[in-house]
Amino acid sequence: MSDPAPTTWPLHCTVNGRPRTLVVSVRKLAVDVLREDFGLRGTHAGCEHGVCGACTVLLDDAPVRSCLLFAPQLEGCDVRTVEDLAGPGEVLHPLQESFSAHHGLQCGFCTPAMLLTALDLLRSNPTPTRDEVREALSANLCRCTGYQQIVDAVMDSSRGGEFDCT
Amino acid sequence: MKPAPFRYERPSSLQDALALLAEQGVETKALAGGQSLVPLMNLRLARPDVIVDLNQISELSGVERAGDQVRLGALIRHEMTMSDPTVRQLLPLLAHAAAHIGHRAIRTRGTLGGSLAHADPSAELAVASLALGAEVEVASTRGVRLVPIGELFDGPLSTTLAEDELIVAVRYRVDQGRRPFGFAELARRQGDFALTIAAVTVAVDEDGGCRAATVALGGVGGSPRLIGPAARALIGTRLEPTAIDLAVAAVEHTIRPVADLHGTLAYRMAMAALLTRQAIAMAGGAR
Ligand SMILES: Cc1cc2nc3c(=O)[nH]c(=O)nc-3n(C[C@H](O)[C@H](O)[C@H](O)COP(=O)(O)OP(=O)(O)OC[C@H]3O[C@@H](n4cnc5c(N)ncnc54)[C@H](O)[C@@H]3O)c2cc1C
Ligand code: FES
Ligand code: FES
Repeated sequence: MSDPAPTTWPLHCTVNGRPRTLVVSVRKLAVDVLREDFGLRGTHAGCEHGVCGACTVLLDDAPVRSCLLFAPQLEGCDVRTVEDLAGPGEVLHPLQESFSAHHGLQCGFCTPAMLLTALDLLRSNPTPTRDEVREALSANLCRCTGYQQIVDAVMDSSRGGEFDCT
Repeated sequence: MKPAPFRYERPSSLQDALALLAEQGVETKALAGGQSLVPLMNLRLARPDVIVDLNQISELSGVERAGDQVRLGALIRHEMTMSDPTVRQLLPLLAHAAAHIGHRAIRTRGTLGGSLAHADPSAELAVASLALGAEVEVASTRGVRLVPIGELFDGPLSTTLAEDELIVAVRYRVDQGRRPFGFAELARRQGDFALTIAAVTVAVDEDGGCRAATVALGGVGGSPRLIGPAARALIGTRLEPTAIDLAVAAVEHTIRPVADLHGTLAYRMAMAALLTRQAIAMAGGAR
């Protein structure tokens, strides 16, 4: 290898609380690292140019498009994906329960990112108005539900709702 | 839908970043928030040989007040521009404009310097920075220069920056920053790029006379631009309806928006006029 700056990167980051190390190609997108290398297939890749929101994860507690991050940009970061809400076979997170109760999903493609986007909203604004919920969720496209049930689910997860997750 | 191969560099100082950008014979691109560059790379509309990731360079962050100026580092994220107390207090137009950009997941990454360098014709921060008379601090291994914002943009997605130059910071004058402002934009959907944007500042004397004004528009041509004749139509008036009519007429005489599948020429002209009217009314106190 004569290349002075290699095209691979020795990555160290924390994913859902677990330290991870991996040698990755620098041009690999974070969403593909999560799915292919870490086996966390709850994070979906849709448009791969920032528009659909399906790949949204929490990076150091802030929502980001994981399709617009190169693998080495995860270096030293704390990543949270939908799998952090509840593992397989575990009790669902109240927000997930609410999505289920309100029929807030059909095919489920948009759901993981909808959950994380909603959680981010509820953390900073535990009692959002319906309009505030609509505005926040406008970052994520859903081709199935027509959105109303997702908004219902999030409203019911706000402080004082049946599925209060704040 | 995956980027072509590139070499990844992660300098931790501005000096190292500038040295990397000065490298000859390769196409090098700075990476800030990645919210415009990475989509282009994923679509292979951009295929740089080298990526210089600016995100570890602390010299590029920060909000500093220095005398009658506020200096914002190029790497300030849109979310910080929206919420930083100093920006909100001294540059309320800029904070207000930043809130209209995309969605929160875009704003947590996208940066001021990246937005200006990307030079989208309807970038909120570009239009607001024009209305605020910003100066852009640009550096290369050859030195530092100050570029008046009006001289930065050079057609759609183009700037007058040289290949090896970086935007380091943007400087705003506090007196102009604190003026009453107006801002109006039209986007088809929440979070979309705007079709048209208007930003206005006015300086009003105690007796209600308009002493100074700026009118900036986005989405009315290749670059965001100041509409000097519209601003001049307001100066010396009390921003009364006839004065606003004259300013709007000046906009209609000055711009020639390009028709595309998002809007005909007539529609874009009508929207530019309407948004200018709304922004002036807002600046004049109809807030
Ligand atoms: C879904 C979506 C919606 C969006 N909506 C809007 C919107 O409504 N309004 C809006 O204005 N923008 C919008 N954006 C774009 C967003 O604001 C970007 O953040 C911005 O255009 C570019 O900033 P960045 O920091 O992400 O730059 P990058 O993508 O990292 O870089 C963009 C370009 O600027 C260059 N560059 C970056 N930093 C510097 C620097 N300091 N000096 C010199 N060159 C530099 C890069 O080399 C590249 O050519 C949207 C983006 C997405 C994905
Ligand atoms: S896949 Fe990232 S936003 Fe669509
Ligand atoms: S449930 Fe199918 S895309 Fe939202």
